[in-house]
Amino acid sequence: MTLTDTPGAGSSLLDARIPDGPIHEKWDNHRFSMKLVNPNNKRRFEIIIVGTGLAGASAAATLGELGYRVKVFTYHDSPRRAHSIAAQGGINAAKNYRNDGDSIHRLFYDTVKGGDYRAREANVYRLAQVSVEIIDQCVAQGVPFAREYGGLLDNRSFGGAQVSRTFYARGQTGQQLLLGAYQAMARQVKLGTVELHTRSEMLDLVVVDGRAAGIVVRDMVTGEITSHAAHAVVLCTGGYGNVFFLSTNAKASNTTAIWRAHKKGALFANPCYTQIHPTCIPASDEFQSKLTLMSESLRNDGRIWVPVNPDDTRSPDQIPEDERDYFLERMYPAFGNLVPRDVASRAAKRMVDEGRGVGPRKNGVYLDFAGAIERLGRQVIEERYGNLFEMYDRITDESPYEVPMRIYPAVHYTMGGLWVDYNLMSTIPGLYVAGEANFSDHGANRLGASALMQGLADGYFILPYTIGDYLAGMLGTQAPPTDHPAFREAETGVRDMTQRLLSIGGTRSVDWFHRELGRICWEYCGMARSREGLEKALSEIPALEAEFWNDLRVLGSADTLNQSLEKAGRVADYFEFAKLMIGDALHREESCGGHFRVEHQTEDGEAQRNDDDFAYVAAWEYAGPDRDPVLHKEPLEFEYVIPTQRSYK
Amino acid sequence: MSEQVINLTLKVWRQPGPDAEGEFKEYDAPGINTEMSFLEMLDVVNERLIERGEEPIAFDHDCREGICGSCGMIINGQAHGPMRNTATCQLHMRKFADGDTIVIEPFRATAFPVIRDLVVNRSAFDRIIEAGGYITAPTGSAPEANLIPVPKEVADTAFDAAACIGCGACVAACPNGAAQLFTAAKVAHLNLLPQGQPERWTRVQAMVDEMEAHFGSCSNHRECEAVCPKGISIDFIAMMNRDYLKAQFKNRRLASQSG
Repeated sequence: MTLTDTPGAGSSLLDARIPDGPIHEKWDNHRFSMKLVNPNNKRRFEIIIVGTGLAGASAAATLGELGYRVKVFTYHDSPRRAHSIAAQGGINAAKNYRNDGDSIHRLFYDTVKGGDYRAREANVYRLAQVSVEIIDQCVAQGVPFAREYGGLLDNRSFGGAQVSRTFYARGQTGQQLLLGAYQAMARQVKLGTVELHTRSEMLDLVVVDGRAAGIVVRDMVTGEITSHAAHAVVLCTGGYGNVFFLSTNAKASNTTAIWRAHKKGALFANPCYTQIHPTCIPASDEFQSKLTLMSESLRNDGRIWVPVNPDDTRSPDQIPEDERDYFLERMYPAFGNLVPRDVASRAAKRMVDEGRGVGPRKNGVYLDFAGAIERLGRQVIEERYGNLFEMYDRITDESPYEVPMRIYPAVHYTMGGLWVDYNLMSTIPGLYVAGEANFSDHGANRLGASALMQGLADGYFILPYTIGDYLAGMLGTQAPPTDHPAFREAETGVRDMTQRLLSIGGTRSVDWFHRELGRICWEYCGMARSREGLEKALSEIPALEAEFWNDLRVLGSADTLNQSLEKAGRVADYFEFAKLMIGDALHREESCGGHFRVEHQTEDGEAQRNDDDFAYVAAWEYAGPDRDPVLHKEPLEFEYVIPTQRSYK
Repeated sequence: MSEQVINLTLKVWRQPGPDAEGEFKEYDAPGINTEMSFLEMLDVVNERLIERGEEPIAFDHDCREGICGSCGMIINGQAHGPMRNTATCQLHMRKFADGDTIVIEPFRATAFPVIRDLVVNRSAFDRIIEAGGYITAPTGSAPEANLIPVPKEVADTAFDAAACIGCGACVAACPNGAAQLFTAAKVAHLNLLPQGQPERWTRVQAMVDEMEAHFGSCSNHRECEAVCPKGISIDFIAMMNRDYLKAQFKNRRLASQSG
């Protein structure tokens, strides 16, 4: 990939529209300066929302309640299935209920630092500001957060934070927050302000006169292709972690909506920032379809180790203390087992790569609770982790009370996404992007319990203001009719692609190709990346992609429920996206957060940032099917948090 | 953990579309690793079908962690199969023995028409939530969270009900195709909490009335509770029935006052 560095053109495309003033006044000032839409005029505007996770459902509920005409699309059978539902740990908010020194500024500081100084300060500050309102909103909706005996909200510390700012609902916080947003949206469906389309997959974005004008959708039951026009389109379609095939994402999670918007002109930011979560259950066989996360909270009491002798075949309880290597405690005496996610993940990878992995496939490390059970008693451990132990037992048929858990890192979250300005608008006017689908708040690494916070902040508190400002300027205009040539052309494109996938008539299934693509991405663009490996990946993928288009076998037809066809379209996009992700990883000659380049590490093997040359957002412009993407840079300036090198020794 | 390989025979409901005739088809499933989940076993069978040029078996699934509620099938006559408190995606093949025949059907109920193979339409659940399964709290503005204390026991019980994943096993297992457990779980979650009190009586009436427009009636078989992957108690049905009965009087009185 050649890099076209065009600072002049880039800066005009990438106006982040950060309001003036001190950081704590920016959002307030901006809210006042934004234009409002008169209540009677709101119903003249149509807004399309794609995706019904935390960001999409909360945006739909709020915009519908404001009086806009909202159409919501989800490929699920019900909005409640969106993958936000699987988030376990909790949601951060700077309430300072514990009086332990938390504040909006501290949450802001922690998030910028945790993101390894690759996030936009103004956005992160606003996120910390609205975090407190999110909790109020969710409690009012009846989200059953954990309570203390006095009836007030409980908190816990999470992901190595020094304050207890995480609100939680057992191990199912995402489920309860999503149900709150889903129910608020359901109320609007009943009231008629929100029109719900389930089992409907967005397959293209339509741009008319440079503005987002609508989408083209496939009805997944009948195969019917339809166009939908609107004054604004909001994509809340999640991350791209499934490019690795094996991840903790749900099986249907995909990049198609944002990738096709990218091909219509939306810049894609920082695709190489992917987060690997250290505590997942290792793959058990070659047919493994996804990986299951075990909450990070387990590291509070569990000790991570591998046998000193790689050929040790004894069961773990038979291995004496002096023949165990508690490698995190050895390498990072100050933080031990509680080092951040990226550090813990790379250390585990090193052990497995050295042949010291455990389990039948030697692809994990032990997470041992024997010491904690002896110290605290089984009952305490059961209270803290009972549901997780049970889940682990169900999957592996091993009881963590008796034998150590086996864990290994897995792809979990993607910080990159479509580039958005302070208003969450992409480089296509009228196209907004929220939640994991945008790149906005987490820099190069996301802290625990902040994904839920961001999704709800975007949907409940930010988009409703910023979309109004955009729409106010469009008063009196109609959304283009769906028989506009741009819609016709997009529909034809979608039909052609569907037919093309069905007519290849090859020998291999779409899952086979997806698995192979994922293997390449994980091998060369996973936890540790090198120039050599990334170049190798870029040379291997085009051949596999060509094979995909020659040898794919999708059976059945376009006009019924056809799950292979759905997957094939998504995997086709993953092939194109993977090249961008790897190219971005190759261009970023530094290590930061989830992006670790082996050439750029300190003597101790820690990530070495290069602030002089890479303190910018890399936003890529699509240039055409066989042309290299064009790099645009948004420089990052740090006025309030001074970048330092992380150290966990 | 003991990794084994078993050979199975599957009898799977195949139905090409909503209006098409369906039938059971038999498939050999040799060489199944017992470490696989049930859905991974179906993935393997599907790969083999595609290889032979037969269309794969359609089934709903997504998170494969037992929380999204997408998956669900009747396995040997039981919704979600033989393991208690376990959704289909969390069921593993070590629960089956070499030589077993497994019969796999969709979640059958009048309110859940088959779309294809094992995929059914459960959107009637969404209609019940739309009828009243929420608290009317304006989005974007709410009182400070700790102004509303909720006794821990109340919050915990409300959570027990709120844990429902909306999979529909309760309906599929019920001989009447009733949705009492699903509806009661949501009614109880919201009606137990202080925030839910203002709409308590209108909510239960609206939700139960909507439920009855789609689903059969409850006759206390308790199959729903037995198959629920989240172990939701039928005590919540009793709670709902009590609130529904009271609502008949309360809502009437409210209506007369307002008129």
